[in-house]
Amino acid sequence: MSLDVRLKTRLGTVVLDVDFSAGDGVTALFGPSGAGKTSVLRAIAGLTTPRDGLIRLGGETLLDTAHGLSVAPHRRGFGVVFQEARLFPHLSVRRNLRFGSFFNKAKTTRAEFDHIVALLGIGPLLSRAPRHLSGGERQRVAIGRALLSAPRLLLMDEPLAALDEARRAEILPYLERLRDETRIPILYVSHSVAEVSRLADKVVLIDNGHVVGAGPAAETLSGASLLHGAPLRERGVVLEGRIATAQDEEGVTAVELGPTTRLRLAQEGLLPGSRVRLRIAARDVMLALKPVEGISALNSLPMRIVALHPRENRTMDVVLAGQEGLQLLAQITRVSAKALALSEGMEVQALIKSVALDR
Amino acid sequence: MIDLSFSPAEWTAMRLSLKVALVAMATSLPPALLVALALARGRFPGKALLNGLVHLPLILPPVVTGYGLLLLFGRRGPIGAFLEQSVGLVFSFRWTGAALAAAIMGFPLMVRSIRLSIEAVDQRLEEAAGTLGAAPFLVFLSITLPLCLPGLIAGMILSFAKAMGEFGATITFVSNIPGETQTLASAIYSFTQVPGGDAGALRLTLVSVALSLAALMLSEGLARLAARRIGAA
Repeated sequence: MSLDVRLKTRLGTVVLDVDFSAGDGVTALFGPSGAGKTSVLRAIAGLTTPRDGLIRLGGETLLDTAHGLSVAPHRRGFGVVFQEARLFPHLSVRRNLRFGSFFNKAKTTRAEFDHIVALLGIGPLLSRAPRHLSGGERQRVAIGRALLSAPRLLLMDEPLAALDEARRAEILPYLERLRDETRIPILYVSHSVAEVSRLADKVVLIDNGHVVGAGPAAETLSGASLLHGAPLRERGVVLEGRIATAQDEEGVTAVELGPTTRLRLAQEGLLPGSRVRLRIAARDVMLALKPVEGISALNSLPMRIVALHPRENRTMDVVLAGQEGLQLLAQITRVSAKALALSEGMEVQALIKSVALDR
Repeated sequence: MIDLSFSPAEWTAMRLSLKVALVAMATSLPPALLVALALARGRFPGKALLNGLVHLPLILPPVVTGYGLLLLFGRRGPIGAFLEQSVGLVFSFRWTGAALAAAIMGFPLMVRSIRLSIEAVDQRLEEAAGTLGAAPFLVFLSITLPLCLPGLIAGMILSFAKAMGEFGATITFVSNIPGETQTLASAIYSFTQVPGGDAGALRLTLVSVALSLAALMLSEGLARLAARRIGAA
């Protein structure tokens, strides 16, 4: 089932003008804060009506401003998970979860209820009041509540943004299970590379009210648009590879990015031959003019400098290209760039301090 | 020592007061809820005027409100004559008139309390309820109404207490007829106008104080209970 969205409206000083489609699986709307992602999601949910727009799901038109058609939110059948859980304070967790099926024609069965409760691990919370839940528990209940309203599409508006790092880590595995075990298409709004690269199948990049890129997650996330749009700490690349079948002599696992390019991982228990997605943050990449000996970094790769971009806080983004189409991004200080006399076309060694594994 | 044995006339006044106050409270609840909703959420021309009209009985001398009721709802008044002919409802010099006067006087208190509690309801919750498939009216019933229950209860009890004590508008509109329109307050007034009525006036005064105090305490308690239930306290 395909969701087609075309919107044109004014948001304060920004003009929102987007056109994209999302299919099955998880589609992420990704971009910096204030880019208009949430406004797009709210328009899809029917919570706001844009000046000009067309929204279709499968063959059904939900919004067509040219013909004065706008289906009310409660008739769209889209589940929404907001940034704040928005649980109903006067109802228990169980009644919050049952709220949607009470008003929907499509009743969820007892088995479905039990399945989703188990999936999200909220069984022990059922008889509690929302005010007695932690932030992470609340958000899990909110996700369950949206799922149990039998949605045709799940819209998630930065569901983890209001939570701290530990709570985020608590919920992400549940979102992955959700993606893998339900057949509901998900539109996931986020400005976090980590979340998006871990969850999304497809990414739609939004910046300043416009779609600046769209496609499969790994390609889109490491594309040039990301390098410019993402905040300082988030910049980096996402690579796809396969766990090498043979470990090397020290027993270290390697990921094959191409026939000859491999990265070594300080992680155990990975299934040889399985496909993985790696994220390499720009600030974890160091540069050297020639191969270095006596250094703790596991990975050193020959690369060529493609571009140099001066960035905020006296830093410099260095775009690097290697063998077999490998692309990396390094973030160094401008002082170092000057000291090394870096220029475009130069051959350097990229030393990778750490590789994060996104499942 | 006060003689606490009430005379039959005093019992009648107390019963009548209770009946008038309960009827006034119950009948003003639906319109008060609508007006409070319109004032809290609505955007329409004349909103300031509606707000002013609702609050008028609070600041006008009660005798003016009573006289106004007499002009409008009296047997020859435009509304009074119409209601008598169409549904046979008569207000002037009947207990129904006392209930009307009490309802009008308590109306601003009830509207105010309900309006504030509606304004305090987080509209993002209503939005969430909508996305879960609930139509706007059902959102109101399942989310908005339960969440403003404390204010609703407080408003009802305030209106009830105001009705129990209402005097000026009532006596102007429906006079002071024992057994028909003589409420607690009018009965106390009558006692103070006749020689030897001191004991009766004191007895009814104590009853009045006790009832008012009980209503206020009940209102506090119920509002706190409801607030705890919705997780606000």
